[in-house]
Amino acid sequence: MEKALKKYAPIFVLPTFAAFSIGFIVPFFQGLYLSFCQFTTTKNAKFIGLGNYARVFQDESFLDSFWFTVAFAIVSIILINVIAFVLALVLTRNNLKGTNVFRTVFFMPNLIGGIVLGYIWQILINCILSIVGEPLLALNSTAGYWGLIILMCWQQIGYMMIIYIAGIQNVPDTLTEAAAIDGANAWQTMLKVKLPMVMPSITICVFLTLTNSFKLFDQNLALTAGEPAHATEMLALNIYQTFYARAGAAWKGLGQAKAVVFCLLVIVISLIQFKATHSKEVQQ
Amino acid sequence: MKSKEKGINTLCTCVLTVLSLLYIFPVVMILFNSLKKENSITTDGAFTLPTAETFDGLTNYINAIQAQGFLKSLGYSLFITISSVAAILLFCSMTAWYLARVKSVFSTLFYYLCVFSMVVPFQMVMYTLSSTADQLKLNTPWNIWIIYLGFGAGLAVFMITGFMKSIPLEIEEAAMIDGCTPLRTFFSIVMPMLKPTLVSVGILEAMWVWNDYLLPTLVLDIKSYKTIPMLIQYFRGSYGRVEMGPMMASIMLTIIPIIVVYLAGQKHIIKGVAAGAVKG
Repeated sequence: MEKALKKYAPIFVLPTFAAFSIGFIVPFFQGLYLSFCQFTTTKNAKFIGLGNYARVFQDESFLDSFWFTVAFAIVSIILINVIAFVLALVLTRNNLKGTNVFRTVFFMPNLIGGIVLGYIWQILINCILSIVGEPLLALNSTAGYWGLIILMCWQQIGYMMIIYIAGIQNVPDTLTEAAAIDGANAWQTMLKVKLPMVMPSITICVFLTLTNSFKLFDQNLALTAGEPAHATEMLALNIYQTFYARAGAAWKGLGQAKAVVFCLLVIVISLIQFKATHSKEVQQ
Repeated sequence: MKSKEKGINTLCTCVLTVLSLLYIFPVVMILFNSLKKENSITTDGAFTLPTAETFDGLTNYINAIQAQGFLKSLGYSLFITISSVAAILLFCSMTAWYLARVKSVFSTLFYYLCVFSMVVPFQMVMYTLSSTADQLKLNTPWNIWIIYLGFGAGLAVFMITGFMKSIPLEIEEAAMIDGCTPLRTFFSIVMPMLKPTLVSVGILEAMWVWNDYLLPTLVLDIKSYKTIPMLIQYFRGSYGRVEMGPMMASIMLTIIPIIVVYLAGQKHIIKGVAAGAVKG
């Protein structure tokens, strides 16, 4: 069978491979090369070695956006996962009415695109801010920070909740029953039986929220666009602004080098996730 | 014990109901304000229902559709999403079958490149991708699906190849022995068995393409083609006074189709998304 199939390789593999080359392989390696160059278009690239990378780590706006992203990621990861887990626990209770309706409602914002989500919350938050007499989002970085977190929670809690529900439903009834017979109360069952059993779901959700927070772009652009004065600019938006908000030979190379650093960061996070999920699977 | 549990359940239902109302509040607020007259949309009155005085019917919606070319954008978005998802499902399932069944250096390498591409953030390739697309003239809504096929292939090939491992080889072998060509085996035997995972992949890719903002902005010529997310961003991000009425109306026009599709197929959507998350 393998032999017969191999003859058909051009039909089965070529279309995807060609598109994949155009859409990923070529841009990726070209991008890698260009990060060592000075250029304004891909045609006039001049190799300059590690110069761009040296500038990345001296660029204060990049470092600021890195720390802003970290601060954003920590708070949103904790909030999203705790709330989603509690919701999942409540929604898997026996004999609770209307669980399907609640699930549907909580999951809904996840389907709305980041740009639209951003503007919905921009309108809402600006209304609240003007009623309480605070400066609007464009001038208020604290509100921008918390606005992004609220927006992220609104979008992601439903998604993580679904994963947690699947995890909790996979805990065999025999285990919880055995714990009950041994005299464990509800709290002990939760802590000593359910929590260890859903550890794989927790790892997945924590890393999903982590990579989502680091890659956040649309929501950031729509809600605050980095205002005021780049104070709420996250990594992805900072890279975008380096590329497109300034003209001149100095910026494109710097932007590409930032993108490579950003890419490495995301790859490292994903590798740790891969290790973590797999070590958990072995224990089960 | 029984009545205590009942009490807790009632309490839970109450809390969840309040939470759900809070959850849909932002959308409801936009809906109410989009029905108000332009000069009655103020920040102070944002949380009041439209009254007889301020109610404006569908004027804002009509304005949004006429002035901003909403229908054109809707058409572009629909065409791009449908063509991209169809291409991804067809070509990637063929490729996934090949990669799962033919063991060679090439197929292993291609598979791991696909996995790798899922991790790489878009910012890494955005500049070079848009210039490549320009050079190859892949910058219209009619052929941007080639770019989406390339960039969406990673997830699709990964998920379908994973599912392929659970399909017994014997069925395909029997078909081949009976004289089916690989093409016929694939389309009449393998593809029908892939249905559950194709639904999941289709939903995930459709959500991504439909809501994608950055890729079409960089690739398409914004003056002639705007997808819906581009239109919303253009509407709001352009300088000068923003007309809040039509702005909110177009947000609603964007959300309503999504909610309708979601309510119609929510079981598949929730399952599909969860499956994708656990595997990805």
